[in-house]
Amino acid sequence: MAFAAFSSTTAPSTDPVARRRSPVALFLLLPGILYLVLFFLTPLVSLLLTSFQAPREFGDIGQYDYAFRWQNYVEVVTTYWPHIVRSFSYALAATFFALLISYPLAYFIGVKARKWPLLQSLMLVLVIAPFFISFLLRTLAWKQLFADESFVVQSLKALSLLGPEAHVTGTAFSVIFGLTYNFIPFMTLPLYTTLERLDVRYLEAGSDLYASPFQVFQKVTIPLSMPGIVAGTLLTFIPAAGDYINAGRDFLGGTGTQMMGNVIEANFLVLQNYPSAAALSIILMTVILVIVSIYVKRSGTEELL
Amino acid sequence: MMKSKPLPADPMIRQLIRQAQNAQMGRRTLLAGAGAGATALALAACSSGTAAKPTAAADTSANDKTIRWDNWALYIDVDDAGNYPTVDAFKAQTGLSVKYTEAVDDNNSYYGKVKDQLALGQDIGADAVCLTDWMVSRMIRFGYTQKLDHANIPNLANLLPSLQDVDFDPGRAMSVPWQGGFAGLAWNKEKYPQGLTSVEDLWVPELKGRVGVLSEMRDTMGLIMLDQGVDISGKWGEKEFTAAIDEFKKQVSDGQIRNIKGNSYKEDLANEDTLAAIVWSGDIVQLNAENGDKWGFVVPEKGGTLWNDNFVVPIGSPGKKNVEELINYYYDPAVAAEVAAYVNYITPVVGAKEAMMAIDPTLAEDPLIFPDDATLAKAHVFRGLDGTEEQTFNAQFQAILLGAA
Repeated sequence: MAFAAFSSTTAPSTDPVARRRSPVALFLLLPGILYLVLFFLTPLVSLLLTSFQAPREFGDIGQYDYAFRWQNYVEVVTTYWPHIVRSFSYALAATFFALLISYPLAYFIGVKARKWPLLQSLMLVLVIAPFFISFLLRTLAWKQLFADESFVVQSLKALSLLGPEAHVTGTAFSVIFGLTYNFIPFMTLPLYTTLERLDVRYLEAGSDLYASPFQVFQKVTIPLSMPGIVAGTLLTFIPAAGDYINAGRDFLGGTGTQMMGNVIEANFLVLQNYPSAAALSIILMTVILVIVSIYVKRSGTEELL
Repeated sequence: MMKSKPLPADPMIRQLIRQAQNAQMGRRTLLAGAGAGATALALAACSSGTAAKPTAAADTSANDKTIRWDNWALYIDVDDAGNYPTVDAFKAQTGLSVKYTEAVDDNNSYYGKVKDQLALGQDIGADAVCLTDWMVSRMIRFGYTQKLDHANIPNLANLLPSLQDVDFDPGRAMSVPWQGGFAGLAWNKEKYPQGLTSVEDLWVPELKGRVGVLSEMRDTMGLIMLDQGVDISGKWGEKEFTAAIDEFKKQVSDGQIRNIKGNSYKEDLANEDTLAAIVWSGDIVQLNAENGDKWGFVVPEKGGTLWNDNFVVPIGSPGKKNVEELINYYYDPAVAAEVAAYVNYITPVVGAKEAMMAIDPTLAEDPLIFPDDATLAKAHVFRGLDGTEEQTFNAQFQAILLGAA
C-alpha cells in the first residue's frame, strides 16, 4: 500500500464515484466549509487587512486605520530580519535533530520490535506519554534542569566542558534543544506508521541482490519510509518555525534567541502594534508555504497533501 | 465562566444590525459570493472602529446583587478551604455576593482580551477589575472607565494622602488603589553576601550574567533613571529616557543582564540563575517565607518605584454602585489589615497598620508591608505618559528585550 502511494508509475485514480458530483457529498461538506470560512478564511482576510493598516494621525497607542500601507512589510523585514532568519534556522536544526533521534526509534518500534507486540505497545506509550503532561510544564522543567546551579550544568563545568562563566538557559542551544524535545513525538509517530507497514521482504530481496546493508537502507528503506519522513518533518518544522514558548524569555530563551513568534507576541500584546504583528504573521505563513511546497515537490510526495 | 445576564438589548446585536444597515454594498457582495471578505471586514470593523468614546452602561445595581471582580492571583486573603473570608464577610454585611476571579495575570494580555468590547462600551464580564497605574491611565485616556461617585465611598477618606491625587486620574475620579508595592533590589544572601545598595552595584563584574531585571518598563527604566539622578515623577523627557535606555542596552549586550522577565523572575531567583535583581517587594516577602529568609531587599538610596493596582469599573458594567460599596468595605482599616496580612503588599488604607497590630504585630512592623517614612521618601511614582510617549518608549524598551536594538 505504502509503495503504491508514492510510486510515480501508479496511474491516477479513475474511480468513477470520486468524479461524480453528488449533492449529498456537498451537503456533508457544508459544516466543514462553513467552519473553514468562519474560523480560517475570515481571520486570514482580517489579518491581511490589518497588516496594511496605518497609524491614526495624532492617535494613541494601538489606534490604527484601514489603509494600504505596504511599507509595514518593508519595516518589519528591515527591523526583524535577524528574527526571521533565526526562526527558520532554529526550526531547521530542530527538525534535523528530531529526525536523527526519531528515525532509529521509530525503526526499532515499527520493524525490530514486531516480534514482541507488548514491547511495541509499551514503547509507543512511552513516546506518547509526555503528552499527558502540559507542554509548558515540561519546558519549565527543562529550564530547571539547565539552571546555573543545577546538577547538569555544574557537572559540565566540573568536566571543563563548559567555561566557568558559561550558562545553558537563554542560549541557542537550549532553545533548539527545547524545540527538538517538544517535537520528537510529532516526528516519531508518522515515521512509525510508515515503518510499521514496511515489508521486510523488500529488504531481504535487496540483500539477495548483493546490496550492502547501507545500500539497502539508502535504496529501499528510506524511499519506502519517505511519506513518514515528509509528514514528520512537516509536523515538526511548521510549528517549530512559529513557536514562541521555547524561545520565550520566560522559558528557555533569552534576549539573543527571540524568534518570530516572540516578536509577533510583543508587537501584538505589549506594543499594540497590530499592523506589524499582522505583517510578520503573513510573512511567516508565506515563507512556510513556499518552503513546504518546494520541499513536497522535490521529495515527490504530492499525494500526501 | 461568568453568569450570563438578561440584558435588555445586547449592544453587540445592536452594533451588528447597525453595521448591516450601513453595509448594503457589503451585503450584496456577500450574496454575490465573495462572502469571506465582507464578513471579515464587518468583524474587523467591530473591533477597531470609531474613535468616539463609549458611554457608560445603565446601572442596574439595585436589581443585580452580584459583583463580578477580576483580580490578580494571590491578591486577596484565602483560607484553607479556598474561600475568601473578607468577601464572605462583605456578603453577610451587605447582601451582595462577589464572584471573584483570578482573571488577570498580565496587564497587557488582560487588556488584549477585553479592549474590543471596551471600545464598543460592552460588558466585559467584570464590574470591577484591578489593574496597574499605567494601564489604568491608558483606559482613562480612552474613556473605558466609569466615574465613581465618592458620596458612596465615605471610607475613601482613609486613602493615603500621597495617593489621593495622581496625574493620570486627578482626585481619583475613576480609580481607587487596591494594593501597591515597590520595585527595588534583591540579592541572594548566601551567594552574594556583600549585598546591594544602588542600581550601579548590579553592574559589577562578579555579577556578570547573573543579573535579572523586570520586563515591566516603568520599573526597570524607572530604577535606572532614578540612579542617573532623574526625578521620574517630575518633568523629564526623551533625553533622560534615552540616556537610561543606552545604559540598559549596554548592560544587556555586555551580558551583564541575562534575564528580563515578568512574574516568572521568581523562578530564576529560586534556582539561582539570578543572584541579584530588580524585583517587586511583595514577592520577596513571599519567597523568603517559603525559602527561609534567603533574599535581601532594599529600596536603592537614589530611589525605587512605587506602583499601585487600582480598582476601575469598566465602561460597560451595569454594577457600578455595588462596586462602590465593595470599595468602601475594603477601605475599612480592619478589613484592609486582614487583606494585607495575607498578600504582603502595601495597603493604601490609613489606619490599617494599627488594625494589623491586633492581628499580627510582627507583620505590622514589616517595613515592606507598612513602609516607614524613610522608605516612602525614597519611593517614586513613574509619571504618566501620553500616547506618543507610551508608543515610542515601549518600542525602544521592547526592542532591547527582543534583541532587535
